[in-house]
Amino acid sequence: MNAPNKSGWKPTMEVADASGETVTTTGNRALMLEERLIFEIGKAETTGVDLPEIDKRAPSRLGGFERSEPIGLVGLTEPETVRHYTRLSRQNYGIDLGFFPLGSCTMKHNPRLNEKLARLPGFADIHPLAPQSSVQGALEVIDQLATWLKTLTGMPGVAMSPKAGAHGELCGILAIRAAHTAAGNPREVVLVPESAHGTNPATAAFAGYKVENIPATPEGRVDVEALKARLGKGGEGDSDVAAVMITNPNTCGLFEKDFRTIADAVHAVGGYVYCDGANFNAIVGRVRPGDLGVDAMHINLHKTFSTPHGGGGPGSGPVVFSEALMPFAPLPYVEKDEAGEFHIVEEENADAEHQTFGRMTAFHGQMGMFTRALTYMLSHGADGLKQVSEDAVLNANYILRSLEDILHAPFADSGPCMHEALFGDKDFGGGLSTLDLAKGLIDEGYHPMTVYFPLVVHGAMLVEPTETESKASIDQFITAFRHVVQRALDGDETLKQAPYFAPRRRLDETAAARKPKLAWEEPAE
Amino acid sequence: MRYLPLTDTDRAEMLAKCGASSIDDLFVDVPEVARLDGPIRDLPMHASEMAVERHMKALAGKNLAAENTPFFIGAGAYRHHIPASVDTVISRGEFLTAYTPYQPEIAQGTLQMLFEFQTQVARLYGCAVANASLYDGSTACWEAVAMATRVTRRKRAVLSGSLHPHYAQVVKTMAQYTGEEIADAQPAITTEPNLDTLTARIDEDTACVVVQYPDILGRISDLSKVADAARAKGALLVVVNTEPVALGAITSPGEMGADIVVGEGQALGVGLQFGGPYLGLFAVRDPKHVRQMPGRLCGETVDAEGKRGFVLTLSTREQHIRREKATSNICTNSGLCALAFTTHMTLLGEKGLRQLAAENHRLACLAADRLEKVPGVSLLNNSFFNEFTLMLDGKPAREIVRDLADRGVLGGVSLGRLYPGVEALEHALLVAVTETTTEDDIDRLAIELHDALAAQVPA
Amino acid sequence: MPRYFTDEHEWIEVEDDSATVGITDYAQEQLGDIVFVELPAVGTALDKGGDAAVVESVKAASDVYAPISGEVTEGNSALEDEPALVNSSPEEDGWFFRMSVADKDELEGLMDEAAYKEFVAGL
Repeated sequence: MNAPNKSGWKPTMEVADASGETVTTTGNRALMLEERLIFEIGKAETTGVDLPEIDKRAPSRLGGFERSEPIGLVGLTEPETVRHYTRLSRQNYGIDLGFFPLGSCTMKHNPRLNEKLARLPGFADIHPLAPQSSVQGALEVIDQLATWLKTLTGMPGVAMSPKAGAHGELCGILAIRAAHTAAGNPREVVLVPESAHGTNPATAAFAGYKVENIPATPEGRVDVEALKARLGKGGEGDSDVAAVMITNPNTCGLFEKDFRTIADAVHAVGGYVYCDGANFNAIVGRVRPGDLGVDAMHINLHKTFSTPHGGGGPGSGPVVFSEALMPFAPLPYVEKDEAGEFHIVEEENADAEHQTFGRMTAFHGQMGMFTRALTYMLSHGADGLKQVSEDAVLNANYILRSLEDILHAPFADSGPCMHEALFGDKDFGGGLSTLDLAKGLIDEGYHPMTVYFPLVVHGAMLVEPTETESKASIDQFITAFRHVVQRALDGDETLKQAPYFAPRRRLDETAAARKPKLAWEEPAE
Repeated sequence: MRYLPLTDTDRAEMLAKCGASSIDDLFVDVPEVARLDGPIRDLPMHASEMAVERHMKALAGKNLAAENTPFFIGAGAYRHHIPASVDTVISRGEFLTAYTPYQPEIAQGTLQMLFEFQTQVARLYGCAVANASLYDGSTACWEAVAMATRVTRRKRAVLSGSLHPHYAQVVKTMAQYTGEEIADAQPAITTEPNLDTLTARIDEDTACVVVQYPDILGRISDLSKVADAARAKGALLVVVNTEPVALGAITSPGEMGADIVVGEGQALGVGLQFGGPYLGLFAVRDPKHVRQMPGRLCGETVDAEGKRGFVLTLSTREQHIRREKATSNICTNSGLCALAFTTHMTLLGEKGLRQLAAENHRLACLAADRLEKVPGVSLLNNSFFNEFTLMLDGKPAREIVRDLADRGVLGGVSLGRLYPGVEALEHALLVAVTETTTEDDIDRLAIELHDALAAQVPA
Repeated sequence: MPRYFTDEHEWIEVEDDSATVGITDYAQEQLGDIVFVELPAVGTALDKGGDAAVVESVKAASDVYAPISGEVTEGNSALEDEPALVNSSPEEDGWFFRMSVADKDELEGLMDEAAYKEFVAGL
């Protein structure tokens, strides 16, 4: 079944290894197995699903638009399919395989109970437009999760429908825009710190705002005086600033200790405070953002509440709201009536005070993520979640203090870090860069930390261990990391070619971008 | 706590290394006003696997799963059988617990999968290039409108009245502050969509016209006419598809002249999941539009030894580089759902997808014929794939749907729910039929529909 | 033909009422391998200091500003297929676009080659 396709494409794996290692005839090396594209191994006439043969005489009511040409797809049988994806999976690094200290991404263990329960037919096999009487349990899940999120953040309202963190940011900023518009003036500017995640300015721009940067202090926090000066431009109560968007803990891994002062100053000129909740996992169960003066904050369920990252999504980004912004929250949402029955509030039954900015997605949000997140919360409880943030912060500080003697840690003197430790590439020898160090870590069996983010530190390296690593695991990482750092400081040229032992060596990204090849094509004869 | 490996001894040693006497020392930067004296109140404490399972199963038990009842609901989300191996593949930890493939040397699994996925989607849509997925069909629809305004440098989008109303609402929500002008309408209850009315709305300021195929009432219309009309005015044709299985039976939007094709991919591999996570599909017919596309793109290249490999590419379009000038603020794709889709698609292949489409259509024709015989019921559509609109002779479809649910049949979606308050649509019922529908289910719906209609007090 | 330079590392060469614009050798070196150049459409009206083009490397996108005001008369189509020209020949074959010169006075205040060299040396 695995015959080469008619195109005759051959993998280029027999190319001799640069180091002169023995080359196998298959290109495979024992458990390291190459895998071709489905289009090179599959066939148009092969299928892994048993369906009735097409009855050509069957009536057709397709309006005369019957497909006459082939689509160009190929199929594999089940054994071939399972093998194909199993082989591909083995070329991936995942949390299940090892330590994954990717800063600001929160690669914590994904409990399998979450996976099991999300697959219950009562959750997975129900339709978003099913009669509401038939999905009361699903609406109750949304309601329970909403209650957890509101209680954990100390905020009175929550919008559950945003599909991911960036979508949640948009939800928050659109609500802020709607609130200002309702008050007569949408205002013009959103202030964003230089160290912010790129989604912040992109979101503000999408909502029609001009973006201005807020400078940082040398210790890596928002410059409160500069911020106040900017807010004051235009006079008391007449500010053009619609909102500030601040990540807390920030992307340098520090708690914005003046957050409350900032919030008060923003509120004093009639602006709103958007908190990017990407790093909520550092404080969950210990600090309620509502106590800090936040008006809106999205929560990445895939970070703080362990829903799987899945190779880049799906995420889920509910947004908690202050009293002031609640009326502007998006539709639909879930409400419980006095009889204890749950209802979906949509365009038709939203009450008059609800000045919603509209609908963000076709249905009710990421139900599959809600069940997982709620499972996680119930498992941990209020006490366990507090322990989660404490262990995450302890692990990060332990890494910071175990590396600061050898690696430039620009904010090591700014106090304890929160859930992640930030380093820079100062003093690397031989023209070596952060990228080289990252690739060296791959050879040591680690997924690298986040690199070149935040932009405020040269050659930034952001290390986030999370709470689900053991001390032994972290100690082993520190040993390996110190070893690679030393090589970088010594200018060890061999790092420039790393990784050596990954399924692929460094890939030519310039060629990929200059002549984009974004879909497979049958090679020319 | 079963998920937290640190022991108290570990914690003590590590605190010492940090020069902290207690964990509170690490939280000193939290302002006084926000410090709490213990776990947050009003929430339960940690619980065992067994206890949590019990809690969640009780909630799941309050829902009527589609598998347990005759089921005919569609309107943008479709129930299809998912082969067992799809779940095996997406449950593999190397896929499930991986991140966005920013380190391509150790993410070739995800990247190659995405390259295959992009190719499948592009071919299914009759396009040159597809991206690595967006959140869902409705947000993809908005992204297509936004892209069309960038390409044409015009601001007006014309939405067909037969576009899913929730999609239209998402577009309007997103456009309200970006300066786009959105012209939309409601579907007219006609056997065929009136394309002349639609094309008459396209003018010299129109960036794009957005058409659903098959449309919200299940009808299949001649996209090439709309494509010609759009081209004549320098506008782009955006086609929305909410049922990818249909494209196993009917000509693809790209082949009919669509410039941007977007849709919902949930029907293959992902499941119903009460509305999410779903899978936004996005493709363009003309490769020169690639740099205006939103979302991640995976491309082919070679590594330092000349071996073929894959990377995320053209990322300068994206927010982490372009910041406020990005093509979209989107940061993720719908990776695991894309994996489910592509695995299902690989299992089907050309042959299986066409068979699946044929089986859907066969059963839908059977159901249409059977239901049309119920007194007081007429079939609106001249054409349909696996979903059609029934007219209930003056009876309120919303109440009929609720009544059917009480009778244990999830009988479809009333247009009254999708278009509340629109009198002309109150008597219309959307019925979807897939390969999971049995002939017994169809009989059951016919019988219960008959009884539900009969039970209605005449107006 | 006089050639002028901006502190944003564009060069502009003027001949009568027409000018050719590109980025300097220093700029291309800073940007690294250029993978794409987005040129303004013919007929686009440019304001001095406003966005005119975008030049992209794998990990960065940089705006190129109009050194003076005028209207775009031609884009360098060779860059579509070969953006690497910006790296190999930034100040000759890798030019970006030609434009009309709306106001010659705007050229005052731009640097000549010697002044630009000094400017770069001071960076």
